[in-house]
Parts: sequence; C-alpha cells; structure tokens
Amino acid sequence: MELLELIRQPWPWYVAGPLIGLTVPALLLIGNKSFGISSSLRHICAACIPANIPFFSYDWKHEIWNLVFVAGILIGGFLAGHFLANPEAIQISPQTVADLKALGIQDFTGLMPGDIFNVANLFTLKGLVFFVLGGFLVGFGTRMAGGCTSGHSIMGISNLQWPSLVATCCFMAGGFAMTHLILPHLMKLF
Amino acid sequence: MEKIEVEEMLACDAPNDMKQEEGFVGNLKYGVVGILFGIVFVKAEIVSWFRIQEMFRLQSFHMYGVIGSAIVVGMLSIWLIKRFRIKTIAGDEVVFHPKKFNSGQIYGGLLFGLGWAITGACPGPLFAQIGSGFVVVLVTLLSAIAGTWVYGYFRPRLP
Repeated sequence: MELLELIRQPWPWYVAGPLIGLTVPALLLIGNKSFGISSSLRHICAACIPANIPFFSYDWKHEIWNLVFVAGILIGGFLAGHFLANPEAIQISPQTVADLKALGIQDFTGLMPGDIFNVANLFTLKGLVFFVLGGFLVGFGTRMAGGCTSGHSIMGISNLQWPSLVATCCFMAGGFAMTHLILPHLMKLF
Repeated sequence: MEKIEVEEMLACDAPNDMKQEEGFVGNLKYGVVGILFGIVFVKAEIVSWFRIQEMFRLQSFHMYGVIGSAIVVGMLSIWLIKRFRIKTIAGDEVVFHPKKFNSGQIYGGLLFGLGWAITGACPGPLFAQIGSGFVVVLVTLLSAIAGTWVYGYFRPRLP
C-alpha cells in the first residue's frame, strides 16, 4: 500500500516529463503514429460537421487512432482524478497564490480554481471568457499553427523542426501576453 | 496540383503512417497509451490552471521541467530510432514528417498562447480535465472544436 501512497503524491517534473517524452517513441513504434493531440479536434469536425469544407474533407477514419488516444486521455484523467487523487490541496508557489488572490481568485484547494471552473458560471460573463473564448482560441490557434504543445513543442522540436520552435515561442509569447497584459483587465470585469 | 499537395501536407499534422489497417482491437493500444498519458497529466498537475499560471508568471520551474525533459527524451528517442533504423512492431520503417514553415505558425501560435493562459489547458489536458471531474470544461472543448471548424471555414482567406 505504500506504493499507492507514493503514486497519490503529486509527481515531480523529472518523472512526468520523461514519461511524456516516451509517448513519442511509443506511438511511432507501435504503429507509425506521429504524436499530436490538437488534430483530434479536426477529426471531430471532419466526422461530425464537415459541411463540404475542403479542410475537413478527408478520410478521418484513417486517423481514428487519434480519437481513441484522446478518449484514453479522458479515461486516464478520470482514473487519476478518482482513484489516485492527492488528498492534500495543490501546492503552488506562494507568489502565484498572492498574485492570483490580488486578481480575485479565492479557491486554491483543487487542481483548478473552483470559483472559475464551476458549472454555475456557465451562463455568466466569466463563463463566456474562460470557457467559450478560451476554448475558441485554443481550437482556432492550434489548427492555424498546425499543432499544439504536443505536435509542435514535443514532437516537432524533438524531430529538430525549426518551424515548431517558432510556433512554441509564439505559444509562450501569447501566454505571457494574456497572463500579464490582458488577464488583469479581464478579471476586473467580474 | 500544388494546392492538393499543401492539403495533404496539412492533413498530416499527427498522421497515421501505418500501411496496414488496424481495426478496432488494434486501435485499442492507442487508448491504453492515452490512459497512461492522461494519468501522468493529472498526477503531475499539468492539467492545473494554477500550474499554467505559475509557468507564465515564471514563479515555478515545474512546467518548464516537464516540457523540457519531455523534449530531451523525445529527441533522444527519435535520434536512436533514426540512428539504428529501429522498425515499428509491424516491421515498417518509421516515417517522420518535416514541418514546413508558414506564417500561421506565428499568428495561430500567438492565438493559442492567449487561449492557453485563459483555459489553463492545451488540447490534451482539456480531455484530462473533463475526465478528472471538471465537467464544465466540456464547454471549453466544444468551443475549441468550434474554433477549429471556424478556422477550417475561413482557411482559404487566412494567411
């Protein structure tokens, strides 16, 4: 049972990072698949709402492995969240806590701030920004960039592709801009 | 003719290069990799909005360590596969795709970055967040699918 106790602790970066890195050779060797997750969103479009758009007119069934893969991620999230959950509150940097408190966030117990990621916020301005606008930017941006953190930052850079490095720098630049320049103003709206 | 080539190139952002058909049971192995991956995402708190905020505020090394060490391991693995011509379990040559530069990587990259800091999630963690019990993220996922669709719709008129 001590092993289970150990697994329930938050995993350090030097355990998680290499495991994520191993996904690259695992997918390549078990079936010649290039690691990438945002493509699943495109396959969902191609499968459900192709609307004769050329970008969605391809044989998505050939790429079904990617949908099975993301379904696995969802199940893995469920297993970890329900059977391997850390009983303690998340430990984040005290500076981050102070900064976020100044922005009005109060709930620091879970993996996500409960005062934002809450069903009650669904039809509020907060919900519109954090779920609808945020999700839209993730979906639109990753497809326009041709990949996300997995396809570009991990698979692309690992394969020494400089356009992936450019894309990754832009991901980071966008994130810094949102966190430091835009989020403080957005949080004043609520 | 060139247009078709570009389309084909882009249909391959995370392509399936296996020659043989795999069928239902064959595809389950990607589900198993996904499950392990999802567990790592949650246990290392990569799905946490707080961890993403820490990263963009430069207040913790955690996320940089995760992404950095993942890249090092990925790089080493790809080098080994190329150097020793390691074959897939079906005995095929491993296929790699060069990424061609286009300005969408800059504009799209910036837009995704903005969204990453709001949602605290890239596409992978979105699925893990939903699984781990934040059901409301389902709306974020639907909106991400809508964003992908809108990009596909306007693609001919975009850089």
